[in-house]
Amino acid sequence: MKPTDISAPDYFHKVVDCQWACPAHTPVPEYIRLVAGGRYSEAYMVNWVSNVFPGILGRTCDRPCEPACRRSRVEDETPDGRERREPVAICRLKRVAADYKEDIRHLLPQPAAQKNGRRIACIGAGPASLTVARDLAPLGYEVVVYDGDRLAGGMMRTQIPKFRLPEAVIDEETGYILDLGVDFRGGQYIHSLKAVLDEGYDAVFVGCGAPRGQDLDIPGRKAAAKHIHLGIDWLANVAFGHVTSISKRVVVLGGGNTAMDCCRSARRLGGEDVKVIVRSGFEQMKASPWEKEDAMHEGIPILNNLVPKAFTHNGGRLTGVTFQKVRSVYDENGRRTLVATGEPDPHFECDAVLVAVGQENAFPWIERDIGIEFDKWGLPKLDEKTMQSTLPNVFFGGDAAFGPKNIIWAVAHGHEAAVSIDRLLNGEDVAARPAPTTSLVSQKMGIHAWRYDNAISNDRRLRVPLRDVSAALKNIRIEVELGFDPQLAFKEAQRCLNCDVQTVFSNRLCIECDACMDICPMDCISFTHNGDEDDLRTRLQAPALNPNQALYVSGTLKTGRVMVKDEDVCLHCGLCAERCPTGAWDMQKYLLVMTHAGCARTGASEAQAAVT
Amino acid sequence: MTYIAKPRLHHPSLAKNRVGFTRRDYEGKISTLCAGCGHDSISAAIIQACWELDIEPHRVAKLSGIGCSSKTPDYFLGNSHGFNTVHGRMPSVLTGAYLANRELIYLGVSGDGDSASIGLGQFAHVMRRGVNMTYLVENNGVYGLTKGQFSATADKGSRSKKGQSNNDAPIDLVTLALVMGATYVARGFSGDKTQLVPLIRSALAHQGAAVIDILSPCITFNNHSGSTKSYDYVREHNEAVNRIDFITPREEITADYAAGEVIDVRQHDGSTVRLRKLHEDYDPTDRIRAMSYIQEHAARGEVVTGLLYVDPEACDLHQQLGTVEQPLNTLGAAQLCPGAKALEKINASLR
Repeated sequence: MKPTDISAPDYFHKVVDCQWACPAHTPVPEYIRLVAGGRYSEAYMVNWVSNVFPGILGRTCDRPCEPACRRSRVEDETPDGRERREPVAICRLKRVAADYKEDIRHLLPQPAAQKNGRRIACIGAGPASLTVARDLAPLGYEVVVYDGDRLAGGMMRTQIPKFRLPEAVIDEETGYILDLGVDFRGGQYIHSLKAVLDEGYDAVFVGCGAPRGQDLDIPGRKAAAKHIHLGIDWLANVAFGHVTSISKRVVVLGGGNTAMDCCRSARRLGGEDVKVIVRSGFEQMKASPWEKEDAMHEGIPILNNLVPKAFTHNGGRLTGVTFQKVRSVYDENGRRTLVATGEPDPHFECDAVLVAVGQENAFPWIERDIGIEFDKWGLPKLDEKTMQSTLPNVFFGGDAAFGPKNIIWAVAHGHEAAVSIDRLLNGEDVAARPAPTTSLVSQKMGIHAWRYDNAISNDRRLRVPLRDVSAALKNIRIEVELGFDPQLAFKEAQRCLNCDVQTVFSNRLCIECDACMDICPMDCISFTHNGDEDDLRTRLQAPALNPNQALYVSGTLKTGRVMVKDEDVCLHCGLCAERCPTGAWDMQKYLLVMTHAGCARTGASEAQAAVT
Repeated sequence: MTYIAKPRLHHPSLAKNRVGFTRRDYEGKISTLCAGCGHDSISAAIIQACWELDIEPHRVAKLSGIGCSSKTPDYFLGNSHGFNTVHGRMPSVLTGAYLANRELIYLGVSGDGDSASIGLGQFAHVMRRGVNMTYLVENNGVYGLTKGQFSATADKGSRSKKGQSNNDAPIDLVTLALVMGATYVARGFSGDKTQLVPLIRSALAHQGAAVIDILSPCITFNNHSGSTKSYDYVREHNEAVNRIDFITPREEITADYAAGEVIDVRQHDGSTVRLRKLHEDYDPTDRIRAMSYIQEHAARGEVVTGLLYVDPEACDLHQQLGTVEQPLNTLGAAQLCPGAKALEKINASLR
């Protein structure tokens, strides 16, 4: 293998698994160390710069970072499942930063003193649009945000129940953005994109989400329509207080996170016998594992492998739902088909049904003759990097771009679209993307002292304290999760392996004394003769079994051998560097910050600089 | 010196041996030696060898004297018996322990100061008595604990870190051990574990006095260009005479070698050490030839390593003394004291 080029920004970025997995590339270990140090405001700002909604995401994020977390690859597990390998509770530590921060308003960018004369329209006031607004408004752009709802937040406000995300958090974090001099026009639903373009905006960003819930067209749907509700519409009505109760027996159809929100909301609005009934098996459900756990914790059964067949009714009154029992069969390509088991069709009695079987994009308000092309699924044709549509000054992001995803993806799209808009309106090539800012700084403080806690905690993942179920179910506005307190947060934060503190090796300094190899608790380091990657992976101190994790290969050493480090399970404990007599190993903090629109000019980058 | 404990977490593929332990179970406390010390590599090699041999840690007694090397038993086999004795007196204590309980595996850990200076006499006698042990000399050519003066194994003409030349003739512990009658004599290098681990394994299996002189660079005081015990010097002048491919108690040897490439040494406990020859004319069962070979190469400035001598018919101290099979420390008063009548009888026979 060739020596690893550690100057390529992606190399060390990939080692920080959480940051690599985060669509917005939030510097996770950086803020976790700040949380451990009780520096909550700074931890909040590191988040705010990258992901815009730390308080909201700290409660609701889909957490792509957690399955990627190295911690879950290094812990022991017992065959009986009593001890599980678990990632650091990254998401809930983000919430700690939001909960315990002081007033951070002085750290936020100021509204532009002078407008630059460019006007941007954002359609929809959800996470994608608000990110565009946050990135562009401080640069002097005049940003107008339209939304059909009176308040900003989009799906964060309408679809996520208040017992998971209190209204105050939404108000606070959308407020930080609107206070940047953004012109928010709530209650103004856009019926025509052409009309918006005709108003002379320099660029338009479409962040209207995927606002249409999929319906279930089976017998009885029309006859019992009064008691059958589309999940996301029903949640929105609950959020705005238009719906305050539901009947006692409720069936929720669907296995995604919306279904979980529906059943838990129903439980709080009078539903006593609430069931979730899903076509797929339990493991195959789209809902996040923790959301399923939360629903079951509230006494809601999840029934699987049941395909809805018909709504039964009596004189316009819903009486229940009939299902067909199925099992999943996979073909050679891993494609799933549901095959009837032939057992009798079960019937579940209920008084109301919530249908949460998926969401669709809908763009009835975009004229098809203004130059925006759509693909066969009805989604706009976009450049995946720039978010630009076939009409050069119209951009898409969030669920409106590639179909339903989640908040953190919407934020990432927003950042990219803002970069594109800024470049377009400055006459720069939109396709040329600015490189992220990176730095690599030694953490050595003294002979065996580092700027980070290198001792490895043996604690298992800590549980976030919950409100007692009976109290939680009484009021739909009472938040269930209490969040970590500072002591729990410190313990959990110490489980982080500081993967951003990189092991940096210099072959010129190495004397091949084996000290690093001997001390490494994970047998990551080997000195051996070079070979191709497949060969090297098999003959290291411990086999390198995870092909997604890189091998760090040095230049040739004095004996003709090379140092090979398997990045997969490195604890970043720094013992290799502590035992190295010549400083050939050093622990260096790699900080990668994504470049946002006009980064050099924003207060955001100053805030980032202030805390790092 | 490291302040944090070595993390308990380990590689997911870390395997257990036949007695149910992982390699990590054979570790000790974290080393307080200088970073990069050759001794730490030797500790790692001992850990590896004991794990591979499926040794139960409680069956090992590690004994040491004084010095950097003699501190190391704290850094491996944390669940074994240990005795940090007086300077240069480890062989006597080891001999006593071995006489009292012949069932333990004895590991003597010493250095060039402890063995070649203050303990030279003890070193010589423990070899000639044939105590069943593995005696490791962690040889760096300097007194590391007292800031790097030459030790008795420093080569004549080698230079200290400050530039002084050594005028005294060196003591070659390998040659001395051969002269004194050790039955397993080897030399290794801390920077070459592929050679060292099998040397330690077969020494542990050897039923007699086994000694390994291990060149172990002192990173702080003896790793400079004028030194003959530095990483670079030893690597450049290392002449390995053979490689131990494996040692097996009973299993069939199946690996294929062309005739003349290997030597099988069958020991009388049934184990076989298979050596792959690197120097064609070297016969590790010929003690006299071994001595002259080592001296010839030393005169050329070469450091001969590998298994230098093994006596397949080795005999240990208990055999020579004709003691009972049962460890002496488990014999009761009735067995140890034959009583007044027996004494009368003995006395009568001497009158």
